[in-house]
Formats: sequence, C-alpha cells, structure tokens
Amino acid sequence: MSTTTPAPKRAAAPAPKVALDSFQRLSRSTGAEVKQGDVILEVRDLTVNFWVNDSWFTAAEGLDYDLKAGEVLAIVGESGSGKTQSSMSLIGLLPKNGRTTGSAKLKGTELVGMPQSELREIRGNEISVIFQEPMTALNPVYTVGFQIVETLRTHFLMNPSDAKVRAIELMRLVEIPDPEDSFNKFPHQLSGGQRQRIMIAQALACDPKLLIADEPTTALDVTVQAEILKLMRELRTRVNAGIILITHSMGVVADMADRIIVMKDGRVVEHGTAADVFYRPQHPYTKALLAAVPHLGETRIEDGRSDALVVKDREFLALEPADDPSVVPALLLENVDITYPKQGRRPAFRAAEGINLRLNPGEVMGLVGESGSGKTTIGRAAVALLPVSAGKITVCGIDITGANNQELKPFRRTVGMVFQDPGSSLNPRLPIGESIGEPILLHEGLKGEALSKRVEDLLDSVELPRSYRNRYPHELSGGQKQRIGVARALALNPKLLVADEPTSALDVSVQARVLKLFSNLQEQYGFACLFISHDLAVVEMVSSKIAVMTHGKLVEVGATSDIVTYPQHPYTQRLLSAVPVPDPDNQRRRRELRDAIIEREHIVS
Amino acid sequence: MFYYILRRLGQMVVMLLLISATTFAIFFAVPIDPARYTCGKNCTPTILEGNRKSLGYDQPVPVQYAKFVQGLATGRDFPDNAELRAAHPEQVVHCPAPCLGYSPLQSRTINEMVSEAWPVSISIALGAFVLWMLVGVSGGIIAALNRGKWPDRLVVGLGLIGYSLPTFFIGLILLTFVAIQWGVVPVPSFKPFLPNPFDWAINLILPWITLACIFAASYMRLTRAYMIETMSEDFIRTARAKGAGKWRVILRHGLRASLTPIVTAAGLDLGGLLGGAIITESVFSMHGLGFLAVNSVTTMDLPTIVAMVLIVATFVVMANLVVDILYGFIDPRVKVGA
Repeated sequence: MSTTTPAPKRAAAPAPKVALDSFQRLSRSTGAEVKQGDVILEVRDLTVNFWVNDSWFTAAEGLDYDLKAGEVLAIVGESGSGKTQSSMSLIGLLPKNGRTTGSAKLKGTELVGMPQSELREIRGNEISVIFQEPMTALNPVYTVGFQIVETLRTHFLMNPSDAKVRAIELMRLVEIPDPEDSFNKFPHQLSGGQRQRIMIAQALACDPKLLIADEPTTALDVTVQAEILKLMRELRTRVNAGIILITHSMGVVADMADRIIVMKDGRVVEHGTAADVFYRPQHPYTKALLAAVPHLGETRIEDGRSDALVVKDREFLALEPADDPSVVPALLLENVDITYPKQGRRPAFRAAEGINLRLNPGEVMGLVGESGSGKTTIGRAAVALLPVSAGKITVCGIDITGANNQELKPFRRTVGMVFQDPGSSLNPRLPIGESIGEPILLHEGLKGEALSKRVEDLLDSVELPRSYRNRYPHELSGGQKQRIGVARALALNPKLLVADEPTSALDVSVQARVLKLFSNLQEQYGFACLFISHDLAVVEMVSSKIAVMTHGKLVEVGATSDIVTYPQHPYTQRLLSAVPVPDPDNQRRRRELRDAIIEREHIVS
Repeated sequence: MFYYILRRLGQMVVMLLLISATTFAIFFAVPIDPARYTCGKNCTPTILEGNRKSLGYDQPVPVQYAKFVQGLATGRDFPDNAELRAAHPEQVVHCPAPCLGYSPLQSRTINEMVSEAWPVSISIALGAFVLWMLVGVSGGIIAALNRGKWPDRLVVGLGLIGYSLPTFFIGLILLTFVAIQWGVVPVPSFKPFLPNPFDWAINLILPWITLACIFAASYMRLTRAYMIETMSEDFIRTARAKGAGKWRVILRHGLRASLTPIVTAAGLDLGGLLGGAIITESVFSMHGLGFLAVNSVTTMDLPTIVAMVLIVATFVVMANLVVDILYGFIDPRVKVGA
C-alpha cells in the first residue's frame, strides 16, 4: 500500500507559482477576495424536492447554515437523508426532476434560481466538488492531466502549456508522486488514493471559495483514507475556502469537522459544533447514530490507556494456552498457497502464501486487511470455492485439498457463506423463501410442508416476518437482504461460516442491528466463523480472535483485545492508527500518534 | 504492438487460406462438372475435354488448389496446361500476383473484373458510411438527450421505419420517383471520381441513401442506448461540476466515452460492405463487387465465386484487425496485444 512510502516531512509544499491572477478570467467572479473567517455561504430555508410519480417528494427541507472560509462543516446522515442532494442543489446539479427553493448566497450572490449559464461559470470556479469513488468520477478515456487542465481552461484564458505547469503544481500540492510523469497517465493507471488526490487537485484548480467534498474517502482503504484526510486537513489552512464535508462516517467527521449538521429523512435533526454533537448530543437520532458506530478499542479507552499504540513487549502473550490437540479445529490451514493461474498472457498471481491459521469450533475469528491483501481469497478457499496450489486445508477434520466436486458435496453442507453484496448475491427471480430453502432441498431433499417449516424457522431466527418468504429481493431493504443472506448460510446448520464483508454495504445503524443479530445467532447455533472485513472496529465487536493480512501474507494473529491494544507488527499498528474514531479529542491524539509512527518508520527505513 | 500486429497478420493469412480451401472444396468437389458449365449449348465431347484440359479441371482438386494458392503468391498464366500454352502462345493470358483466377465464361482474368468493380463498391460503401454515421450518431445523440420527449419518439420512430423497410424497396422507390419521374437527379450510373467529383456524387446519391437507411437506423439505436448509459455516469457529473459547457459535456465527455462500441460496429459493417452491397448494386445496376458476386453465382462461374468469397473474407478479417487496433486508441483501458 502507498502507506509504505510515507510522505517525507516537508515544510509545506511551495504555493503554486503560476498565479491565477495573471490570467484573464473567462467566468465571472462573485464578490471580492476571501479572507479566513469571512462568511462565504449563507443558506436559508433550503429545500430540495423531486417530482416522482406525479407528486413532489421532499429530499431535504429547511436547511439553515452559514459557512466561513477555512471552516469545515460536516453534513452527516445515512443514505437517503438528503445530505448529498442539498449540497448539489447549491450548484444546480440536481437531476432533471429536482427543484430547489429557499436561499443560498455565495458571498452575497444568490445561487438558488440562477440560470444554468451563470451557474456554469460558478461551478469548478467558485464552488468545486470532490466526488466519491474517483474511478468512476474521472473520465476513463482522458489523462488525469487533461482533466485538470480542462477545468483551468474552462474558466481562465490560458494556453495549454501554462495550464500544464499549473496542473503539475497542483498535482505536487496534493502529493502525487512524480507529477510530470503522472500528468499523462489515465485514471485506471493510478491507485485509488492517487485518483482521489487528482480529484482534489482538480477541485482546487481555480482557487474555489467553497469546496464540497462528497464522501471523499468512502471507497478507500483506511490507511489511504487517513492520508487523504491528512492532506485535506493541511489544505484547509492553505486555501481560503470553506469546506462542506458530506459523509456517513462519524470517524471522518470527528477527524475533520468544526461544525456538524446531522440529517435524517431530509430534515436537520442536530446542528452544532463538533464538541457539542459528539459529547452533548441532544436529538435521540444523533445519540442512536453515535451509539451505533462501532468504537475501535473502546475497552482500551476506558482503561485510560488510549496511548497504548506504543509498541509494548507482548511476551506474556506467549503464555496463552496452546491449542488443545484433541479438539478438531473447525478450520485448519497449513502452509497454504493460493495462486490464480496464468490466463493467456496474464501471468499467474499468488494471492496468498504460507498461510497458517487455526479456527476452533465455536470461535469467531476476524480476518482483516486492505483491498488486495488476499483476505477474500482465503475465505473462498476455506469453503473450497478456490483450489489451493500448496499446503493443506482441513475443515472439521475433512481434508478438502484437491477434492473434486463429487467428493465435496457432503462437505458443502458443513459450511456456509455470507457474501458482501446482499443485492447481487440473491437471485432476483427467486422469491426469498426459495433462496433460503434451496440448500435444504439440495442436501436434505426436504419438500412441501417440512421445507416450508424450516424456511419459516430460519426467517424467525433472523427476525424477519414469515410472510416475507414470498417476496422478491428487490422488495427488501439492504439490511433485510443481508439477513436473508445469513439465513441462507445457516440453512443447513453449518459448522463453519465464512462471512465476507457482510456489513460493508450497509448504513451504520443497520450494520449495528445486523451485527447484533449475527452475534446472537452465533451463540445460538455455535458455528465457527471466519469474519472477513476491512473494518477493524466491526471485527472487534464480533470476534474473539483477529488475524491481520497484508500482501497475501498473515502478519499477526491473536486475541482481539491483544491485537487492538498491543499490536506487534508495524503493519497492524499502522492499520489501527489509521482508523478514525468517532470522538474528536481522542481522534486528535490518535492522529498525532499515527504521524509519530509513520515518522519513526520513515527514520528507521 | 508491432509484434501484435505481425502476429495478427499471420493469423489472418492462415484464416484466409482455410476459408479459401473450404470454398474451393465445396465448389470443386461437388458432383457437378465445372467444365460442363464452360461449354455452352452446342457442347461436343471434344470441346468439353479441351476446356477441361485448358482450365486444369483434369487434375485432382488438391493440385488445383495448390495452383490457385501459388497464383495468389506469384501470379500464373492461362491456359493452365503447359502444352496448350506452348502450342498457342498468342492465346496465353498472364495473370499477375495476387492472381484470383480466370473466368472462362467472361474470358478474362478475375483480377481484371475486380479492378473494374471495386471503385464502384468502395464509392458506394464509403459514401453511405459517412452518411449513416452522420445521421445515425447525431440522431442517436438527439434522442438520448431528449429521452422520452417528442424528439426521441420521432427519431426512434423514424429509425423503426428505416429498419423495417427492405433495402430493395427503398431503392426502387427512390429510383422510380426521385430519378425517373421527378428527374431530381440523373438515373444513377457510375462515374469515376476524377475528373468530375460532382458528377460522381450526384450519380451515387441515391445508392448512398438507400444503403445508409438501414444502417443509420441501427446506429441511431446503438448511439442512443450508449449515450443514455454514459450520460448517467459519474464522470459526466464531474464534467458538469467543473463548469464545462453543455455541448462540451455531451460531445467531449459523453460521446467520446461511448465511442468504443460505435466504432467497433462501424468498422465491422464497413468491412463487410467493402466486399460489395449486393442489393443496392443490383437495384441501381451498379457493376460493383456485389453485382459481380451475384452474376457469378447465377451463371455458376465457379472461379469467380471462389475469388469473391476470398475478397469479402479479406475485408471482414482486415476490418476486425483495424477495429482491434483502434480499440487501444479509443479506450486507454484496453491494452492491445495483451
């Protein structure tokens, strides 16, 4: 990951040399220069409606706020709360069926009701947007340099070479390595973090007064997220812009925000300073939201050992009782290598190597790592969906290495799998009762009454009404669909369950409920579980052991509290310190600690 | 990249050899006597045997095929039999490489026939191509931008009509009314591009329209579908958010990103058409490759049929190669040669 090359400690990068003032503006500028502390945006009674099915649907209602230059205002809420649409309405980027009423003044210029031709001059110039998921938000057929230059030349009379100089300076500002070279790269040739930096560079191109960051770090790994947040924090003091940060992650908010607006179903339920909202929440929804966020290392903070990220000797951990050899492990991986075979001219890729892992019956082990670390590969191999190229995998005493489909059939009923995206892992043409009942039909041959009894029991156990069995997946919400996924995985009462990022597609409050249900079911059914997730805080909630993976190797395995409190491997330390916690003061301490860790590593290397 | 093209060209040669061998096998191994077809009404056994010998049909089919391939590579002389050539040197016809064969019915080499026909076919195909791309793509964009409103319905409706009317029907209607009854344009007959390009164009306008109709309709649908998809992508919102103007967003970002499937289809269609637009050429009596193909089939001119199949196959395979190479330029995510 890019964290392995920490940015060298540098005095702030030189400010762009190509001063925009020397170029003629093509787009008009609203008002005079902005200084830190000036109020740049006044929003009054902002309401967004959509014309849906012959009536107005309210997406956001009655927003009131002021934003000063240099200030970060976070708008928090779950999906569908109107947080994105209310901000997009400022620059007229609503879908065609959208309507904005109320008032939003940018340095005194009214934005609501401004004709598109004038709004176009504001967009990218005075107000710019950092979108989420830069893979799709950058045009795949143009170089990243071109896309920054395009922004500049849209608003300034600049020749291509001046624009290129300015673009390269911007890329240097956002710490793109080797900007001259990267200028000519296409988005798919950059990493996710670098793409997000390009997105930021593009947004900063014309020195905007207002920056709207829409879930800027949602699609990124935690360590990359930490770097992007660091970059944005540095930038906020250097550019005289107000920042509206739209996010669902309370951790990100704690890391960045000065003031917070909490939205629910289109309404503002809470508005205050970061400290107020986090430490003295008023509205029940805010309280529930804060409670639903998994807090990493909660126990540690209560212990007053929040600075425990310092490396401590963990000798005493060796005293941990050795695994009882008489217990047959639910899952045992011995020196497992997994290789994706070469395809045509694409060379073979080793996704995991030398994996040794032992999961005892009834135990929940969290497997964490960033994207591409090989955690999903391990999960798939454990249920024999992928062949291993070396080593041995044993599930409940059955050696599944090299078994063919015929031999695996009895094995398949001892394992269950919950997939990441509940939407696409359920067959959209089957009523959910059939999806749940299929494994039972296949393995136990139950039909009619008996089958329907079992399906109803399973629906009960995942706390869904029995009548849902006749519904189709699209009629259910994301959380409900994931419950169905869990019910299907449990249909045959498996001894081993592999859950691959089961909650990462869900909103926090939904996630909290699904995790709770999951823990209850685990106690009730007593299956062993390999819980794969990129989210350490989630893993900490459900699992008793944690295994950490990076680059296809297992770097650390241990009891959850040990890993979270006394991480030994530098990678684990870095990973832990990168997770933003939803607590501004604590997050500030962690941030400083993280900078120290990276600094130290940098000196060591 | 260079090696990729080289490799593809190698594959292409192998494929064309296979295609020609198959065609050869079908037309010469069937239980009909090719010599009989060259002999006309008042056929006597003597003339029949003489023809057979001079055309080389007395030899086994593999030998005939070997000579055909050799002719493609180095050229060959007709009549096929060395004795006959020695006996009547004044009748020897030389066919330079790549020699496609000799048509006994036309008493000419096929190379000669093709060299007369291909300017006609290429003129028709290229003109129609430009026309249908302009009409189809712009119609598709208009429809996509006004989705569900009247311009969309109009374009989609016209597309449906263009799609469902058979080419010969459109061609005959245009010929009968525009050219003959109203005399807006002369009755089409092929004129070379030089010295008078206007004359060339005015004579070809009706075939162009006829041929372009059906393609324009299908490209409208194609462009409309891809534009609708692309215009809902995130990067279009990004382009709008950076303040790019409406048409810049639509053309530079939207159309550019939907170009890949359109160019693919266009390349393959054009490749197929370069081998002759059979119906259009027949309707307007344009003596292009399509007309030649039809003629050779109706008269059972076997060597010409084999040659025509080879020509059409070459254009199609070439078009595939060109499209694959273009891919790498149109969509940087596609790595050509990987």
